[in-house]
Amino acid sequence: MDNVIMQEKPILSVRNLQKKFGQNEVLKNISTDIYKGEKVVIVGASGSGKSTFLRCLNCLEDPTGGQIIFDDVDIADRRVNINVHRQNMGMVFQQFNLFNNKTVLENIMLAPYLIHGKKFKKERKSQNKADKKLLKEAREAGNLEKYQSILERISQRNRVSYRQICKEKAMELLRRIGLEDKAKAYPSTLSGGQKQRVAIVRALAMNPKVMLFDEPTSALDPEMVGEVLNLIKEVADEGMTMVIVTHEMGFAREVGTRVIFMDEGVIAEQGTPSEVFDTPKNPRTKQFLNAVL
Amino acid sequence: MLDFIESFSKAFFVQGRWKLYLEGLGNTIIIATIAAIIGVIVGVIFAMINYLKKKTGKLKFLSAIVNIYITIVRGTPVVLQLMILYFVVFASWDNGIMIGAITFGINSSAYVAEIIRAGFESVDDGQREAGRSLGLSTWQTMRKIIIPQALKNSLPPLFNEFITLIKETAIVGYVGIMDLGKVPGMIQSRTFEYLPPLIISAVIYLGLVMLLTLALRQIEKALSKSDRNGGKK
Ligand SMILES: Nc1ncnc2c1ncn2[C@@H]1O[C@H](COP(=O)(O)OP(=O)(O)OP(=O)(O)O)[C@@H](O)[C@H]1O
Ligand SMILES: [Mg+2]
Repeated sequence: MDNVIMQEKPILSVRNLQKKFGQNEVLKNISTDIYKGEKVVIVGASGSGKSTFLRCLNCLEDPTGGQIIFDDVDIADRRVNINVHRQNMGMVFQQFNLFNNKTVLENIMLAPYLIHGKKFKKERKSQNKADKKLLKEAREAGNLEKYQSILERISQRNRVSYRQICKEKAMELLRRIGLEDKAKAYPSTLSGGQKQRVAIVRALAMNPKVMLFDEPTSALDPEMVGEVLNLIKEVADEGMTMVIVTHEMGFAREVGTRVIFMDEGVIAEQGTPSEVFDTPKNPRTKQFLNAVL
Repeated sequence: MLDFIESFSKAFFVQGRWKLYLEGLGNTIIIATIAAIIGVIVGVIFAMINYLKKKTGKLKFLSAIVNIYITIVRGTPVVLQLMILYFVVFASWDNGIMIGAITFGINSSAYVAEIIRAGFESVDDGQREAGRSLGLSTWQTMRKIIIPQALKNSLPPLFNEFITLIKETAIVGYVGIMDLGKVPGMIQSRTFEYLPPLIISAVIYLGLVMLLTLALRQIEKALSKSDRNGGKK
């Protein structure tokens, strides 16, 4: 059985990933597979390349070598349309990065509306067109009942705009995090914890297959860390595949299904949380854990 | 004293001369406004090209052209630019006001590009990264997130540029375009009194500039307020 699961294709496959900034080799041939439902936690000293690794996964940093296979496509290849693939990868930043010129609600609905709006309108148009044809047929056949039911269907369909649908979904996400009363507020009026929770549901609004977190609680006042970690845990429990860079070791142990310890641009050690945290093998891991725990 | 009043009334009221000032003022505003619109559109495009080149490493060629344009426009006197456009490029076109507006639009665009560039730089890079990480295209991110914030940040200096344009466009008189700065000369040739029409014209400029400066203060106040409560209008 275990075998079968392992043979399932990874959702994200990193092969010989390399990243140089000029002469500075920050990632040195990193390879790892991430499977559906995994919560991969990345820890390591400052400057070890954690953020760079995470940002390479959705090509916010262009890898200088290697492959990142996502949805059977090597997205590190510059010829692919990265936007399409990023739509399936959510990212949460240390500094929240909510859009300052948009309300909380607009922050959440902007991407779904812009990205899926065209397709939606096109589909609706073709549905309407098909129905109008049926309508004509029904009229010619003198089938009044059918005629009226089609008419009803058309008006039902056109009653809500796509914007309305996106808005409804965004409100639902806001209710989920208890911030529906902030829908019309601008980000600068929110606390750090509220901002980060909005940022998380903004990413969720695209229904991503993977979520990437880069130190989601490092910029928060201590009393707000809990609310954000709880939300991440909730999302994790729903089965979301996650890659999380964090300094919160307790959280890493609790949520992580796998811990990666990065050191100077390589994966120095990885395993289950208890393997890495309780019985680290690599002396660098031991050194790091001694320093932070 | 009576002499004084008489000269002024001669320079302003006699034969409905005030209409000349009004017409000149109108032309000045038209030239400055069209120039500002051209300047902002072209300036934003230029600033965007340079911004995208900086962030993505693309558009190198366009960016080089933009920088040459900016260097030339900023490095030569606007009077010469005006003469080149008026007497050479648009020699067969008799719409002086439009030629003046285009000249100052071109001239202004180089300065606006710098203003907007600073505006772009004041937008945190995280804004762009957040947009791109959601799957928005470069252009969608620019249009919905970066440009609105960059423009908002640039609004006070842009408005300042408009005030400068109101005054600077006075040199269109050089090629015979009748703006507010040209009116005194026309009246002098009738009354043979130099000072009164100059003062009247200067006072009108001053009033307009003061009015616009007041508006600028209001804009600045509104912006700083919206920063405090997060952009609420
Ligand atoms: N845009 C960049 N240009 C040049 N060098 C960079 C850039 N981004 C990161 N680096 C370098 O890459 C190395 C790794 O940085 P990275 O941010 O990935 O580390 P990190 O593990 O996330 O550290 P931290 O825990 O402090 O966030 C550092 O030496 C950093 O200076
Ligand atoms: Mg980092």
